Order: sequence, then C-alpha cells, then structure tokens
Amino acid sequence: MVFELKNYIESLLNKEKRTDLRKLDEYRQPITVEYGISAKSADGSAKVTIGETIVVAGVKFGVDKPYPDNPDEGTIIVNAELLPLSAPEFEPGPPDIYAIELSRVVDRAIRESKAIDFKKLCITAKEKCWILFIDIYPINNAGNLFDAAGLAALAALQDARFPKYDEAKETVIYEKSERPIELLKMPISCTILKIGKKMIVDPTIEEEKAMDARLTVATIDKDTICAMQKGGAISLSIDEVKAMVDIAFSKREELLKHLKK
Amino acid sequence: MTAVYTKRFDNRKFDELRPMEAKVGVIKRADGSAMFKIGKTVALAAVYGPRALHPTFMRNPEKGILRCNYNMMAFAGSGDRVRPGPSRRSKEISLVTEKSLESVLDLSEFPNTVIDVFIELIQTDAGTRCAGITAAIMAMADAGLIIKDMISAVSVGVVGNKVVLDLSKEEEDYEGGAVDIPIAMTNKDGKITLLQLDGIIKKEQLYEALELAKASTQKIHEVQKKALLEKFMKNGI
Repeated sequence: MVFELKNYIESLLNKEKRTDLRKLDEYRQPITVEYGISAKSADGSAKVTIGETIVVAGVKFGVDKPYPDNPDEGTIIVNAELLPLSAPEFEPGPPDIYAIELSRVVDRAIRESKAIDFKKLCITAKEKCWILFIDIYPINNAGNLFDAAGLAALAALQDARFPKYDEAKETVIYEKSERPIELLKMPISCTILKIGKKMIVDPTIEEEKAMDARLTVATIDKDTICAMQKGGAISLSIDEVKAMVDIAFSKREELLKHLKK
Repeated sequence: MTAVYTKRFDNRKFDELRPMEAKVGVIKRADGSAMFKIGKTVALAAVYGPRALHPTFMRNPEKGILRCNYNMMAFAGSGDRVRPGPSRRSKEISLVTEKSLESVLDLSEFPNTVIDVFIELIQTDAGTRCAGITAAIMAMADAGLIIKDMISAVSVGVVGNKVVLDLSKEEEDYEGGAVDIPIAMTNKDGKITLLQLDGIIKKEQLYEALELAKASTQKIHEVQKKALLEKFMKNGI
C-alpha cells in the first residue's frame, strides 16, 4: 500500500503537482501562531498551526545546580511527546526514538544558534541557575512536525516571563515578572523532503510516508545556518544538499513573519 | 472551628459555574474529538476506534474494551513542571474516567476491539478530571459511537462552611479547609457515573452538594449539546 502511495505521489511530483494542489515549495495555509495558550499554568506558551497540523509548546522555569563544566550558565531542556491523541499511528508510552529525534532537532536549533545567553540564566555561580524546560506536544499530526515544533518552541520562549526566586527560602515563586527571555537570534527550521527526484517543503502525512530523504535546516539570517539534520535511508548528493539549503533560506522570512517582532 | 467563607475569590455566586466553552472536531486525525474549557481549565479529548486491539491476547470475542488515558501537559500544572509520563494520580484518574464513560457504552457491539480515549490538559485551574470527562463524552459522540446518555461532570464541595459549585484551585487550597467532590452524571436519568470525595463533610451538606451537582450538570449539558449541534448542523443534518 505504501509502495502504491509512493508511486502515485512521485508520478504527481514529476508533473510538478501535489495531492493537495500545492506548489512544491509552498507551505500549507493558514500558518498561525497563538501566544499564551496556557498563560495560567505555564511561564510561556504558544500554539502553532500549519494547515491542519497543530503543535503546542510550553516553557516552565526550574532551578538547579549548574553543570560543573559551565558553573556560571543555566541551560534548556527540550522534551517532545508524540501524543497518541494527535494521530492514530502514535502509541502511549515513554518517548520513542522519533519523539527523541524531534526534541533534539528543536533543542539544537535553539542551543546552537546561541539565541539564549545561558550566562543570563545563572543565579549564583556554581550553585544555582535557571533551567528552561521546553515541552512540545503535537495536537493534530497532519505532517511536518519538525517545522511546527520549532516555531512553537520559539514562540513559547518569546511568550515566557521569568518567575520570581526566593533566595532565602530557595524556592521558585510562580508569579510572572516583567522580565522576558532575551532572544538574540531567531532560529527558523525548514524541512525539505526528497521524493524521487523532487524536493518539497511542508510534507503531509502521505508525503512523509513516501519520503526518500529529509533535511531539516535551521537558519538564523539570510545566509547563516545553525543546525541541520538529515533523515531517511536514501543518500543525498552535495548538489542536492545545496538545493535544499537554498530552499530553507528562501522560506525563512515566510515562517518568521508569523512571530512577534 | 472552620473559617467563614462569605465571598468567593472570583466573585461568583456559590452556585455559579465558571464560564464555559466547548468545541467539537478540533483534532482532524482523530475519529472524534472535543475541547472543553471551564474557567481556566482547558481539556482536549480524542477518540480512536473501535480499532484492532493489541496485544491480541487481550482481545475479548464477547465485547470490546474502553481504554482511557488522562494526562496533564508538563507545563500545565500550577507551580513546578510536572514530570512527563503517567503518575499514580494520572493513572487513578484514567481509571475512574474509564468507568464513568463505560457506563453509557454497550461494548458488546464491538467484540475484539478497543476504543481509545485520550485526554490532555493544556491549562489547569482545578476540576481537570471533570473537564476531561465532559470533553471525552463529546468526542465519543463526535466519533459516532452509540452512547446511551450524555455525561456532564463538575466538582462541588465545601469551602469554609459553604457548599460551593465548580471549585477553583484557589478554593481547593483554601486554608480554612475545603471538601472537593468531583461528580459525573448522566443527563436524562441523573445517574452518577463518577463520584469521589476528599475532605470532612456533614451528611446534610453532602446531600445539598449532590443536588447542586445535578442541577448544574444540566447547564453543562446545554453547552455540550450546543457544540455538537454546531458541528453537525453545519454538515447539513
């Protein structure tokens, strides 16, 4: 069945067509970002939709001891769960390898872009620092969780405000302050799929099933990359990687414009 | 003696529900889905099935099984991040939710299969299991399952010395003492399908609380019915 589906999708793509009539480099619409979807509970939160795909992300601050190799820095911990609520193919249980890959790809885009100055998350060197927990959940998996999750995580960080920390009692008081997380860069992930000889962006579930190779490219401006991840069992040529990187740059503004300035 | 509670933290009347919102069909890939919001508590529910049950040894040729999974998103608790994955609390809530919903299903219609119900809390301000059940039954109706009766759930209780409806987190944590009674009831015949109680209460106040729950689940039912009609009337039924 998957084989037939792949043949069908590939033959359409060879005629520059897709099952939902989009262009090969076209994202589904609407793309929306809603901030503060869990304002009562989370320190920062957001919901992102790309077409029918829905992903939510939330930020909670915690306090812990800094790592010994970076005694004056806090850190981020990104976690994603592929909720069985969001698709029939997901099963309950601890995060499987796909959930782990998703969270690590989102983590790297934020971490490697140096979007957050980890030194500003230090409370007392060697003793206490802020840990930013970023939790990501798909609500409806209609394809392209990578790009939606990356955008949702970034939006939740934009929405976040530091809670207060009671030094004497050594506890976090979960009342929002005015202090935002300063974002020095805006890492935007764009995932490009190779199916047969063609490249597409923003795949549907069916297109993901027909995938040969996948490349997620996180960019921080018009010509700088901060993270990449190849997926799929088929190889890519250097020229193909170059073409994919170019697509990622060309889509950056289109995704970025949905976020608050 | 218990402190006197004369005015609610959010200025509601003692028998007043928080504002509600309901929507059906919010998760396209599910067979049925719904969102239910009461005050700041937001529950999502999705139904998958009846579908093939795995592992196969659990299959029953006489009847299907209902499986419920209640979960709070890691960022959705008040205070510290909630550790992801099932906890003793979430497992117990999943169980009582399952029994509540099972009471209106005829599982003998679906031998060898499972109906999966997933409940996720995005934001919480008390009353989460009740919001979850209220959303789940809408999702089951949306999935086209034959259900004998609709279910609506709400928590009632005693704060200070007053019987109150639909407790907020602030009221649950009231320092003068609070009793929390989550209740789910069927709509047509007013039968109780979920009942738990935490706290010390006199029997007269319990009886008063039960009557209050009965009257208010009817109001919740109106919101559920409206949401279901909105979806299905739009499709031209």
